[in-house]
Amino acid sequence: MKRHLLSAADLGRDDAELVLQTAAELRELADRPIKKLPALRGRTVVNLFFEDSTRTRISFEAAAKRLSADVINFAAKGSSLSKGESLKDTALTLEAMGADAVVVRHGASGAPHRLAHSGWVRSSVVNAGDGTHEHPTQALLDAFTLYRHLGSTDGGRLRPGSLEGRRIAVVGDVLHSRVARSNALLLRTLGAEVTLVAPPTLLPVGVGTWPVETSYDLDAVLPKADAVMMLRVQRERMTGGFFPTPREYSRRYGLDGRRMATLQDHTIVMHPGPMVRGMEITADVADSDRSVIVEQVTNGVAVRMAVLYLLLGGSEPAVGGEE
Amino acid sequence: MTGYLIRGAAVLGGDPTDLLLRDGVVAEVGTGLDAAGAEVVDAAGLVALPGLVDLHTHLREPGREDAETVETGTRAAALGGFTAVHAMANTEPVADTAGVVEQVWRLGREAGYCDVYPVGAVTVGLAGERLAELGAMADSAARVRVFSDDGCCVSDAVLMRRALEYVKAFDGVVAQHAQEPRLTEGAQMNEGELSGRLGLTGWPAVAEEAIIARDCLLAAHVGSRLHVCHVSTAGSVEIVRDAKRKGWNVTAEACPHHLLLTDDLAATYDPIYKVNPPLRSGVDVEALRAGLADGTIDVVATDHAPHPHEDKDCEWAAAAFGMLGLETALSIVQETMVDPGLLDWAGVAERMSYAPARIGRVADHGRPIEVGNPANVLLYDPAVRRVVEPSESASLSRNTPYRGMELPGRVVATFLRGHATVLDGKLQ
Repeated sequence: MKRHLLSAADLGRDDAELVLQTAAELRELADRPIKKLPALRGRTVVNLFFEDSTRTRISFEAAAKRLSADVINFAAKGSSLSKGESLKDTALTLEAMGADAVVVRHGASGAPHRLAHSGWVRSSVVNAGDGTHEHPTQALLDAFTLYRHLGSTDGGRLRPGSLEGRRIAVVGDVLHSRVARSNALLLRTLGAEVTLVAPPTLLPVGVGTWPVETSYDLDAVLPKADAVMMLRVQRERMTGGFFPTPREYSRRYGLDGRRMATLQDHTIVMHPGPMVRGMEITADVADSDRSVIVEQVTNGVAVRMAVLYLLLGGSEPAVGGEE
Repeated sequence: MTGYLIRGAAVLGGDPTDLLLRDGVVAEVGTGLDAAGAEVVDAAGLVALPGLVDLHTHLREPGREDAETVETGTRAAALGGFTAVHAMANTEPVADTAGVVEQVWRLGREAGYCDVYPVGAVTVGLAGERLAELGAMADSAARVRVFSDDGCCVSDAVLMRRALEYVKAFDGVVAQHAQEPRLTEGAQMNEGELSGRLGLTGWPAVAEEAIIARDCLLAAHVGSRLHVCHVSTAGSVEIVRDAKRKGWNVTAEACPHHLLLTDDLAATYDPIYKVNPPLRSGVDVEALRAGLADGTIDVVATDHAPHPHEDKDCEWAAAAFGMLGLETALSIVQETMVDPGLLDWAGVAERMSYAPARIGRVADHGRPIEVGNPANVLLYDPAVRRVVEPSESASLSRNTPYRGMELPGRVVATFLRGHATVLDGKLQ
């Protein structure tokens, strides 16, 4: 693995499968009464969150703590960030405190890239979502969830290559979605066939060059999909002129009970959260048996444990025999 | 010592000849000149060009003296071979009154490294709402002839029409920063496949082209002069070419960075490459070079835009737009135009001296190196190559995108009215 995880493109197929395999081993922990390993004892992980994201932050925090790392949470609110300290100075401060890994969430696309490549810090940088660019650990947890449901498992292990040819529909505001970008890259790396479904106004310029299919017609895509990943439509987009009304958006691109009925029996429904119920997904779908949305959260902790473990130089198997 | 005797310079790349600069003018031109008391400058192998004239420079003073001052900016200009620069109006306060333009003009005179021609704002505070006192600036000691809201677009069609009409009274020109504001809200880089992948908000070519097309039509309609700043797209070149074919009074400039660099540099997320208009595609670069070669683009202008370190040492979205340009402009024109055979040295003189002086209505610059003309001359060594080292810049700022890049050529000497501002590549 590279020293940083900035983009899903940083992961080749072997790297991605190593992360997922490691996550599978670590996932077992979640079912044990004592959920902690000593692997990162004495290491410091900083959660540097310039944007509010309680879900992602606590997921990384739980992951680091289960590996016995020390965790420092540094959030924009109530810190020097709100007083206008620069990204650079914040990074230098954290570096001086001895961070081994910096998990960064930032509103500006490329901020983690700058952090990793500007000589400000020596620690590993993990992108926990940057602007409208990428969110690679979300893609990893989505891939992990897909493996568990669509990939055949061999006694708890994930069978490599089992997403080959699987059809994944990613539906919604692709233009502004870092989740969609990371998933398009990672799922393709893992051999899946991705179809991005959105109104034309919410597809990025140049999407035709991405290694994915695109469609404006959700109803045509659903019956062939093995998984449907719904993206949140943020409130500010609803008034941004990207579509006429929220109601029309829901009608054309929302996943409701009627559309769910057209899915194949094994097809699962995913959402990175937080959901806007009634907008892109109806409550009956979100709460249905097909929905793996809550499981995604559990898997998120395992995947982030794997990422931190591998980036911080874990060479031994993460889960030893004896502990 | 009286004057300079330049020995063996290739004027516009022609046969070596001697030049005697005395009393502020080119006193003699010929071979085997002898002038008692003149300091001899050996110019063997050097090209002599008329002093360069920049139509588009940001000197930052008043207001952002941490980025550049008139003195430091004109020192950089002299090192780049310029004898005149047009100082853009987006200072703090904005150069939208006779008082501010006269202050900038006076600072230029005091600095003495090159002549400073202030550009006046078209609208009060660059706000795009009402005309600034264009006549007062034209009548001031600064004698403003170029008006621009550069940094902002005069996007209101009626206001643009009025500005184009109004400046006719004093033979002025409106230099438009063509950027349709609604199409570029939050824009960070060229809109294309890469902006989509990088998650950086796109700055589409159409936002530039739509304004240029509209302004060409307006200029034709009211019979005024229009100058288009920093043309950056192939489509813009095509629109300007078409306007000229129709005989409309439209001129255009291209910047060195748009002739050399492309948008793929944004993939580094290093805002040293962040500029407005943004770096475009390779196709656009080729079209700009072709347009500059065939005269569709009249002028190379630097858009020299100094910024303090902290405004570039940050994440892309938080960074300022702009890059340095004065000290590297001629080298980049050599690299992109002269060396590939698209432009000869006479063409360089036209695009970087004669044409900008004509457009800016600057009488004492942009004149051929001929007896009797003001001795604004530069000597350039096209044979050497140099690696750009930002710390060597005379600018107060260091935001050059060419750091570490090897470029051809070096300005050896610059003469402003016969007085050496640069000699042996060093400021005097």
